[in-house]
Amino acid sequence: MTDAQAPVDESMTTTPLPPAHNAHGALVKKLSALVVGMFAFGFALVPLYDLLCDITGLNGKTGGKYEYDAAALMPDKSRLIQVSFVTNANEGMPWSFESEKGGVRVHPGELKAVNFIVRNPTDKVMVGQAVPSLVPFNAAQYFHKTECFCFESQILQPGEEMVMPMRFIVDRDLPKNVQSISLSYALYDITERSDIALLSKELVESRAAANTNSKIDTNDSTALEPSGNG
Amino acid sequence: MSAVIEEHHDDHDHGPAKGLARWLFTTNHKDIGTMYLWFSFLMFLIGGTMALIIRAELFQPGLQFVQPEFFNQMTTNHGLIMVFGAIMPAFVGLANWLIPMMVGAPDMALPRMNNLSFWILPFAFGLLISTLFMEGGGPNFGWTFYAPLSTTYAPDTVTFFIFGVHMMGASSIMGSINIIATILNMRAPGMTFMRMPLFVWTWLITAYLLIAVMPVLAGAVTMMLFDIHFGTSFFSAAGGGDPVMFQHIFWFFGHPEVYIMILPAFGIVSAIIPTFARKPLFGYDSMVYATASIAFLSFIVWAHHMFTVGMPLAGQLFFMYSTMLIAVPTGVKVFNWVATMWKGSMTFETPMLFAIAFVILFTMGGFSGLMLAITPADYQYHDTYFVVAHFHYVLVPGALFSIIAAVYYWLPKWCGRMYDETLGKTHFWLSFIGVNVTFFPQHFSGLAGMPRRIPDYALAFADFNMISSVGAFIFGFSQLFFLYVLIKTITSGRPATAQVWDGAKGLEWTIASPAPYHSFTTPPVVTLENNPH
Amino acid sequence: MRAKNSSSASANRTTAASTLGQTLLGALLAVGVSAPSWADRFNMPVGVTDISRQVYDLHMLIFYICCVIGGGVFGVMIWSMLHHRKSHGVEPATWHESTKVELAWTIIPVFILIGMAVPATKVLVQMYDTGGEDMAIEVRGYQWKWEYKYLDDDRNKAFGFMSNLSTPQDEIQEVTAKGEHYLLEVDEPLRIPVNRKVRFLVTSNDVIHAWWVPDFGIKRDAVPGMMNDLWAIVEEPGIYRGQCTELCGKDHGFMPIVVEAMPEDEYDAWYESRKILAKEQEKLASMNFTHEELMEQGAEVYSKYCASCHQENGKGIPPVFPALDGSAIATGPVDDHIGIILNGKPGSAMQAFSSQLRPDEIGAVTHYERHAWGNNTDDIVQPIDVVNLMNKEG
Repeated sequence: MTDAQAPVDESMTTTPLPPAHNAHGALVKKLSALVVGMFAFGFALVPLYDLLCDITGLNGKTGGKYEYDAAALMPDKSRLIQVSFVTNANEGMPWSFESEKGGVRVHPGELKAVNFIVRNPTDKVMVGQAVPSLVPFNAAQYFHKTECFCFESQILQPGEEMVMPMRFIVDRDLPKNVQSISLSYALYDITERSDIALLSKELVESRAAANTNSKIDTNDSTALEPSGNG
Repeated sequence: MSAVIEEHHDDHDHGPAKGLARWLFTTNHKDIGTMYLWFSFLMFLIGGTMALIIRAELFQPGLQFVQPEFFNQMTTNHGLIMVFGAIMPAFVGLANWLIPMMVGAPDMALPRMNNLSFWILPFAFGLLISTLFMEGGGPNFGWTFYAPLSTTYAPDTVTFFIFGVHMMGASSIMGSINIIATILNMRAPGMTFMRMPLFVWTWLITAYLLIAVMPVLAGAVTMMLFDIHFGTSFFSAAGGGDPVMFQHIFWFFGHPEVYIMILPAFGIVSAIIPTFARKPLFGYDSMVYATASIAFLSFIVWAHHMFTVGMPLAGQLFFMYSTMLIAVPTGVKVFNWVATMWKGSMTFETPMLFAIAFVILFTMGGFSGLMLAITPADYQYHDTYFVVAHFHYVLVPGALFSIIAAVYYWLPKWCGRMYDETLGKTHFWLSFIGVNVTFFPQHFSGLAGMPRRIPDYALAFADFNMISSVGAFIFGFSQLFFLYVLIKTITSGRPATAQVWDGAKGLEWTIASPAPYHSFTTPPVVTLENNPH
Repeated sequence: MRAKNSSSASANRTTAASTLGQTLLGALLAVGVSAPSWADRFNMPVGVTDISRQVYDLHMLIFYICCVIGGGVFGVMIWSMLHHRKSHGVEPATWHESTKVELAWTIIPVFILIGMAVPATKVLVQMYDTGGEDMAIEVRGYQWKWEYKYLDDDRNKAFGFMSNLSTPQDEIQEVTAKGEHYLLEVDEPLRIPVNRKVRFLVTSNDVIHAWWVPDFGIKRDAVPGMMNDLWAIVEEPGIYRGQCTELCGKDHGFMPIVVEAMPEDEYDAWYESRKILAKEQEKLASMNFTHEELMEQGAEVYSKYCASCHQENGKGIPPVFPALDGSAIATGPVDDHIGIILNGKPGSAMQAFSSQLRPDEIGAVTHYERHAWGNNTDDIVQPIDVVNLMNKEG
């Protein structure tokens, strides 16, 4: 045994303070700042994650409204891509929801339109939100929607049926190994979290302004000209 | 375990208060360490009871004892209690007892906060366990509590669960700040960083990991709370959120958490093997660097828990490669331990037996970990009993064995009495056999296709489950035997010397056994003689 | 987990399995006895797709590498433990570092890891090649069943069905002996052709599930609001079984996956007939039936889905399974009666049948229950009543 094991017979008050005792306060402050910082970082992961999804197509998230130059559209006739649609009203959502066609074939660079039909069979005013997801993930960033019902929530009166158009362009730069794309829409009931009065008002205004809710003719299998109706 | 200290204690000193007040208001690192250790043992027995309920139900196909709803509560609470209630507090208890003695400090840097961080725990776990008796039952969504099962579809008691997790997190964070402050500011003169025992090093790194990730967990459960009660949509696709994001945030916490539960174990084993090999630890410097590399890598591998969630190819490849890299520093550690034993002069007392079992069985857990890192193969392993076998191999004969080894190794220093070697060895062999009989067959049932977290299974898995259940009961009851060994030692063990183990080096062995209530009130002088590095 | 149509060995194996497990010893012995199944019980299945075989090879490669490394490390350790003992009078060495050795065992493992990463990357890249499929099937998880939809560009040609666990509750609750495919059997399996590239689009309706068929070497989470894709080209006809592999609530352990891979011509014939059947079933929901037709179909549905609890004579097994004969529900308002069949009764053994039975089946069974035994209400329950109620409830 060494001197270090001296009997402890001095009272604690006379014990010299450890040399660095005063440093505790500063260190604790720094570490607490780190804790607060990491808590904030946890929340910062939310926008970071969304950003990452946008960049990489993680989870097949598709982007927002695509702005394009109609004149620059150059369909690549050498490739034909199968685009399939999977629709579903999620648990607790009584609406019926289906695309008019289960799938279409498109050339990259071609503007295409598909109608989705939604019906509220209940006797209540309800609000729905469609959530898109696309596979394969590496195609997500090459799938551009110029118009989509999924950009905003939809409000339907009791028994109302609505035709919702979706227009898209598959980018010419779509990776060569992608031959088919599947786009899924899950429809959620968001009535409880929505302000129906406000949504109704907006809806009336937008319908009056645009008056474009008519069904798009998709029987024409050729590409819609970007300058065409709608 | 330190109940006997007062008898041996010197009257000149400010000894402990008497009765309950001593434990409620104590700021002494040894008292708090003792409470942490007993608390974790209690939690270990409660979590273990849940494990035995699970294994009893899985003894044969069909539902015999519990219904699926309760079974899910058992798997969830078993996981939560073992991770947050048994393993982590046990390591914090060891840190409390040992770090001040190892660095030559009189106490922890922040003694009052130390008291608070312990006393939060009984309330946190009381709250968690009480949910089992509430209407709708306790948490039933797995210890990983994936949304939306834990949000939209959760029982009402999830709010108490969230509050409980917040409390555990606060306790861990305060404990970590305390440990960092003690190590950085209170080392005795001459105790340079590269002379610190590895247990101190590994805990320093662990404490930083805790501070980095516990707040992220707190953030995740806060988001859950908001989703459940305040109409936000962090994890709900309906409102623009994403349930997969929950998994990313959870595993950003969860993977470093895995290393939080194993790094201090590395430190313990690095103390025990040199003592009983009577040879200095091989490659001390590389041990420190390996620990730091593992800690760093733990932040960039989280999505290997999510290979089947669906990720772009580049993401899968990145997380596969980074996960495989962890094998390198982990391998260095194992090689170093083996090299420490090589050409030593070994004896095989109970702590050494547990440490050797740790090295072998943890390495086996490491091998299955490497297999799990291989993404294409992981698709077959994911969420099967192969994964259950893997993480139990690193946590039971890994983390838990290291804690048991530490208790046998330092118990004579804590209470001044030696345990009975025969009883200790009996406990070891029962545990060693029990753990392997329990978890080894789970590799097979997993590979054959048995999913985890199921209360009933197909007939093809019957044999391995029966063996596994038998092993679990052997292992479970041998821990009651451990309790008996401990109580016998504390009450009637033969007195221990100050040195205890002839090969032991380090400041804690320079003070009397039992360690006086206040040690190193004047800083010791660190020499090569009393410090191995 | 796999049973070929023509294989008797696999049948023997599972029979053996069901009689096993009485004692530990018996179990261990029998594992050795049933030789053909040995590998299947201990190891990952080799499977019936090119990918599954590659995954198996990869798994074995890594396993052997681990064995070699483990053998080396543990061998040295054990040798040391046997020879470097104090009891043998060994004096401990004093060295404690060697830069050369430490560098070697840092660098060499990196090369071993690269050796593992290269084949793993190759297999993974192949798995991600989902294009060029011959057909696509939507796989949707529900608490606690799977729905399969055969997709087609023409909506009128697409159809789907639910696949429920078909193991009786009595087997699970230990009332009757367990069958050969206990917990791995469904009322209608997913059927696919062999030798065609089938693309599976996996998603969920509620919580996260995971769809796994071990013999195909594919597993993917079914996440609500998100779609995942997988593919397989199955080479051998047979019935392949798997289970949900992500905790999804109470009956997570009770939602198996059964896939029947059929020879191409058989599949095509089945596909055409199943499509017609689906269209006919769809039409039934809007048709009206006579009392006699409803009673006939109702009796059939009743004995298949209801009689095990409520008994053929409608007397039930009180107090757990109430009698329907003369009950307040079966003689009260029609909507309440349909409602309880649609949605079940929480906290009781009564399940919700809204997604398991079609409207015409629920209509018929409701009608049957209101007119069978001593019950004699004067109403006629048509499928449209069920559809209306489903729509109204939302």
